[in-house]
Amino acid sequence: MEMEATISLLDMRLLVPELTLICVGLILMLLDLVVRKKELIAAVGIAGTLVAMYGTYKLYGFYNPQAAFAGMFVVDGYSNFFKLIFYLNIILTICISLKYMAIEKASFGEYYALLMFSSTGMMIMASAADLIILYLGLELMALSTYILAGFMRNQPRSNEAALKYFFLGAFSSAFLLYGISLTYGLTGTTNLKGIAEALSTLSIMDNPITYLGLIFIIVAFGFKIALVPFHMWAPDVYEGSPTSITAFMSVGPKAAGFAVLGRVLFDAFAGMQVQWAAILVPIAVLTMATGSIIALAQTNIKRMLAYSSIAHAGYMLLGIIAGTHDGLTSTVNYLMIYLFMNIGAFAIVIMLRREGVQGENLDDYMGLSKSHPLASALMLIFMFSLAGIPPTAGFVGKFYVFMEAINAGYVYMALIAVVFSAISAFFYLRVVMYMYMKDPVKEVELTTSPSMSIALAVTAMMVLIFGIFPSILLNLVRLSILG
Amino acid sequence: MVPLSWYIVLSAVMFSIGVFGFLARRNLLIIFISIELMLNSVNISLVAFSHYLQSMRGQILVFFVITVAAAEAAIGLAILIAYYKHNPTIKVDEINLLKG
Amino acid sequence: MTTPQLFFAYFAVAMTVLSLLVVTRRSPVHSIMWMLVLFIHIAALYLFLNAEFLAAIQIIVYAGAILVLFLFVIMMLNLKKEETAKKYQAQWPVSAGIAIILAAFLVLILGKIVVLPSLGEYSIEAVKTEGIMMTTGKVLYTEFLLPFEIASIVLLVAIIGAVVLAKKRIE
Repeated sequence: MEMEATISLLDMRLLVPELTLICVGLILMLLDLVVRKKELIAAVGIAGTLVAMYGTYKLYGFYNPQAAFAGMFVVDGYSNFFKLIFYLNIILTICISLKYMAIEKASFGEYYALLMFSSTGMMIMASAADLIILYLGLELMALSTYILAGFMRNQPRSNEAALKYFFLGAFSSAFLLYGISLTYGLTGTTNLKGIAEALSTLSIMDNPITYLGLIFIIVAFGFKIALVPFHMWAPDVYEGSPTSITAFMSVGPKAAGFAVLGRVLFDAFAGMQVQWAAILVPIAVLTMATGSIIALAQTNIKRMLAYSSIAHAGYMLLGIIAGTHDGLTSTVNYLMIYLFMNIGAFAIVIMLRREGVQGENLDDYMGLSKSHPLASALMLIFMFSLAGIPPTAGFVGKFYVFMEAINAGYVYMALIAVVFSAISAFFYLRVVMYMYMKDPVKEVELTTSPSMSIALAVTAMMVLIFGIFPSILLNLVRLSILG
Repeated sequence: MVPLSWYIVLSAVMFSIGVFGFLARRNLLIIFISIELMLNSVNISLVAFSHYLQSMRGQILVFFVITVAAAEAAIGLAILIAYYKHNPTIKVDEINLLKG
Repeated sequence: MTTPQLFFAYFAVAMTVLSLLVVTRRSPVHSIMWMLVLFIHIAALYLFLNAEFLAAIQIIVYAGAILVLFLFVIMMLNLKKEETAKKYQAQWPVSAGIAIILAAFLVLILGKIVVLPSLGEYSIEAVKTEGIMMTTGKVLYTEFLLPFEIASIVLLVAIIGAVVLAKKRIE
């Protein structure tokens, strides 16, 4: 089963975007020593990300599938589209964190560097065609994110978030490794294509040990994506982490988890679709139910958005369960839309934070429309989108996922999802009601900055554009995945 | 000759003991050690597979697991110390600032 | 029972008992000391499986670096109170039940595992002609070059993380 090692220096060329981000991360840490203005560091970070994005887009063709390092690392439309999500995630996160981290008195250059390293890990995960690469990419992402979650080290909340995230993350990695070990033991390889071949040539698809390895791998990614019943860390970690990092990690690691889940299930375990769909169906139902119902009881907006994020992961899972490439397309489409609406919503939450005021309670939004009509209108757009109300992008995302589930014969799953989607609309609309139908009880001041305005403008515009012209995004995703 | 399944069963038993330690203990340091125990049990099964399959892949993966475990220990213990500075407890059921 | 099987039987019993000791000791220092003994057993088992390089790494990195780091942290934290506190969480019987069911389940399924795929090229004889170090090095720097590079970034992040989280406040 061992492959002949054919690796040349030329293989490095496919790594250019990842290497760019790592270099940018190192440069940012060095700049931090000589430059006092954090704006400059942030600007260099964004510029570097744009260079990496250009590399992904132009260097070897966006849709052109290529493999390197003896088939361990692949660059194709699928991975490149995920990389696009990660780049946008970095840029938007930097835009919304600039002022916020200064208020939290935790504005260090390492923050931006760690964003780069964490995203590099995600990119490696998206390109991984071998379980070893996948494991290392995951650890690179996870270790950087643990540090970012605990970045406000003078705040007990942030410390506790990092602690909980770390312990459950490390626990889940052990499960991932156990799954990898069993899969390796049965198939003799860790290469995803090799696993698929071995599963069929050795005819071990109905072997309970194969099944066990698959379950362990799904459980481990269930932790990363925060699927119920592996979600218990998510609300605490989302609430305690710096809000900008909550935005970052509710999109990035989740997207990376889905990228890997899609790759592993569709490439390595393609022949066992019936089996993994059977595992994922109850998980998806539980995830949607828990996310939607527990969110109703939340008064802290970060915690509410955490449960909302859990519920959204449940909807996204429908596309994977469908087991078709169209289903996968709808999930990836949803992830891109989720990026914009979720970071937009967190940007508004961040604006309410200022010296001495947390601004995370639902009460802080009372009568916001009277004093800040524009910010309220933007929040309205994001809440409508998260609830899935047309003409926002959130509706489009949900619509395609549900449609693909129905096309694949999971009509009951689509019905369940619609019901929970309707329940979840209640708590999103409650925020809108607080803003528009209640009288202000206290003076609310917003913290604004130019970068924040740009982030808000971009996210709101994208939510509306993708909502009104859904085919723009969907065609791009289709081209990326179907080739 | 020792059959492969013996090693794998030993590894499974150690893994389960690690899971027990993680779920049941109150002391965060011992919970962390339980995670290390789980990683080591996986390493045993990987090395055993590597030996019986006559392939190097498993051994190489163990090499990386040990590397990552070292990095994980450094970061995890740094987080633990940062936490301890504000809340002098490492009992897991007393860590409840965030709940709901 | 043949001699290797007796040898394995000793290791299996010793390692199970040591694992139980690790997770049930009250004091973290005792736990770590038992862990050290366990690591030495694991390293010996690696030798038994012809993984000499990993046996050395197990002692040098795991026992020499990671466990020492744990001991340093225990010294830094003042854990006098923990010595008398309850060892287990309130719901520990449930955890024990879960672990026992998991163990039974795994043993039941994995007890039947056999070698299925065709064997690779690294038989004991093939490795012996070059030596384990040479073989590992060759594989690591050719076929597994990319993971090796990623591991270096992981270690870099660990350094940055430890500095960021543990250094004194600037303001």
